[in-house]
Amino acid sequence: MTGTSWVIRGARPLDAEPADITITDETITAIGDGVGQKGAQELDAAGLIALPGLVDLHTHLREPGREDAETIETGTLAAALGGFTAVHAMANTDPVADTAGVTEQIWRLGRAAGHCDVQPVGAVTVGLAGSRLAEFGAMAESAARVRVFSDDGRCVSDAVLMRRALEYVKAFGGVIAQHAQEPRLTEGAQMNEGAASGRLGLAGWPAVAEEAIIARDCLLAAHVGSALHICHVSTAGSVEIIRWAKSKGWRVTAEVTPHHLLLTDDLVASYDPVYKVNPPLRTAADVATLREGLADGTIDCVATDHAPHPVEAKETEWAVAAFGMTGLETALRVVQQAMVDTGLLGWAQVADRMSARPAAIGRLSGQGQPLAPGSPANLVLYDPAASSAVDPATHASRSRNSPFAGLTLPGQVVGTFLRGRATVLDGKPT
Amino acid sequence: MNRHLISAADLSKQDTLLVLDTAEELAQVADRPIKKLPTLRGRTVVNLFFEDSTRTRISFEAAAKRLSADVINFAVKGSSVAKGESLKDTALTLEAMGADAVVVRHSASGAPHRLAGWVRGSVINAGDGAHEHPTQALLDAFTIRRRFGRGSGEALDGLRVTIVGDVLHSRVARSNVWLLHQLGADVALVAPPTLLPIAIDDWPCSVSYDLDAALPKSDVVMMLRIQQERMNAAYFPSVREYSRRYGLDNARLRQLPDGAIVMHPGPMNRGVEIAAEVADSARSTIVEQVANGVSVRMAVLYLLLGGLEAQ
Repeated sequence: MTGTSWVIRGARPLDAEPADITITDETITAIGDGVGQKGAQELDAAGLIALPGLVDLHTHLREPGREDAETIETGTLAAALGGFTAVHAMANTDPVADTAGVTEQIWRLGRAAGHCDVQPVGAVTVGLAGSRLAEFGAMAESAARVRVFSDDGRCVSDAVLMRRALEYVKAFGGVIAQHAQEPRLTEGAQMNEGAASGRLGLAGWPAVAEEAIIARDCLLAAHVGSALHICHVSTAGSVEIIRWAKSKGWRVTAEVTPHHLLLTDDLVASYDPVYKVNPPLRTAADVATLREGLADGTIDCVATDHAPHPVEAKETEWAVAAFGMTGLETALRVVQQAMVDTGLLGWAQVADRMSARPAAIGRLSGQGQPLAPGSPANLVLYDPAASSAVDPATHASRSRNSPFAGLTLPGQVVGTFLRGRATVLDGKPT
Repeated sequence: MNRHLISAADLSKQDTLLVLDTAEELAQVADRPIKKLPTLRGRTVVNLFFEDSTRTRISFEAAAKRLSADVINFAVKGSSVAKGESLKDTALTLEAMGADAVVVRHSASGAPHRLAGWVRGSVINAGDGAHEHPTQALLDAFTIRRRFGRGSGEALDGLRVTIVGDVLHSRVARSNVWLLHQLGADVALVAPPTLLPIAIDDWPCSVSYDLDAALPKSDVVMMLRIQQERMNAAYFPSVREYSRRYGLDNARLRQLPDGAIVMHPGPMNRGVEIAAEVADSARSTIVEQVANGVSVRMAVLYLLLGGLEAQ
């Protein structure tokens, strides 16, 4: 499909005045009024907002190993339908992405699927076991060019190992993405520790277990002069600590998930494990502070933590169920509901928090570029006036564990372009 | 009444009094030479126990049999976390057997909620994890009402109930706090701070750490079972220290007002949370609680399984 040109008529770039966007081959070549090009395909985008293609720093594609839950093909198709042009594939696959071989395989499978770029995240420790460092250098120099390292799903709780990891990645400009969870404080933890856990008799996951690790790691990153990224920040206290670390000029970045921006722990009263996630859903006060933190830039970006699970992993009693929620196909809509419709963010800032910032943190050069002539033609066309109930049965993801099922959310992704090629048109895969 | 009894909070005050009053009537059956009513003939009650609890299972079994129901005991070995047949598949099996009621005991909080979504019959929670044990709270309320000479239709207004021990892990405490509060009792919890949930402030009860201060103000003292393994997780330093600070011994028994009673849901650790002399004293209702358990569970089965429809 290369060689195809497009003229997208009447879309509003970042919600500004309507303009026509011309794409030639893989590049945006003009944005303006009435521009055109012979032989180009025309697309009427009146009423739609154009945003740079979204970038997810935190996706579980489950391949290799758990292809019953998701494959790189289905996961990246879900990503494209959600407006993403790049996703970071977390390392907790089976085998774990802790070698150049596995990360390269994931990268190649992503290229072959072609729905969006797949940037593998490498494991921090061999087998995610938390005892010795994985071969960062080999992964960094592989075709996958790994720059983000994470044991996500598990915390790098050993302070010395975390220090060494932060130091080591300085050699090639990498970043350690920490799943902040003090393991002893969260043994057997099932949900946020608070009023709801007390009533429901479920073991609590206290906010301090996240905040203590974040505070420690900010200090470690400052001490060794390296870059730290905090995965899925979920508590008000974490926002405060990150704000303090940033005020010192330390190289700390952070993400928040769509579900932590919208849902609260009182949903657990149903004991329906579709609400079981790690870190857990927190309180309304935490949600409000996370929204403020994302609005003022303390939290850099939104990342989905898309975590697909097969039906049987959730059709159980709460304590046995798997942690995790799908999120790729609903992320932008949830952000509209939680941040835009509440007046906390404009669309230009949404583009920053969901495209430019995550691309910068992930060290992706061809993603997260502004909508401007010369940029790679990665963009999403979005109808903010649409509204519909979320039906996971219609999702491209192989799994159905969406906590937003049945909820009416605003917006619809109408089109997604990856380097000039439409991956989604009319809200459907091409 | 709702179709299920999963939480004490499912019961309105009116429902609770209906259960207690019905239990009062059904208790008279126990005094007859033939302890059996034909009410639930042809109905099937399944006792589905994922945790060992001989006393609770026998109590439900006796209750169902006195109402002439067919009883199937289904004990699932091992913990739920040990992968075997899923709870859902077990539920579908019971459904196929035509269970009219499923009495479920499970180590996972919320398991009865899940079960209720998968079966057509009534689900009765016989204890789920650290969540609730509503029939225990009903039998405790029934016992208190009788001991304080209150009759049918009467609640527990003005009575001061102190619940002592491992509130954090106790389903008995949770169900009792909601149910006794609803019946008008003043509920107080006493425990070491490690064994109280964080954010307990919104519970309808008072909370303190000092048993000696609470006793003179108590009409009822309910001692919770302490699991000795808890000291390994640093909830308290040693069993002896726990017993010294939170155990009910003879000296403490004397601090209670005249007429005050001592309760325990069983099984007891004699010499730990309750001294043997206290357990066997005239103030103790522990044996009555067991007998009352059958009456109350008869009332619950009768009311949930269409005892009312049949009339």
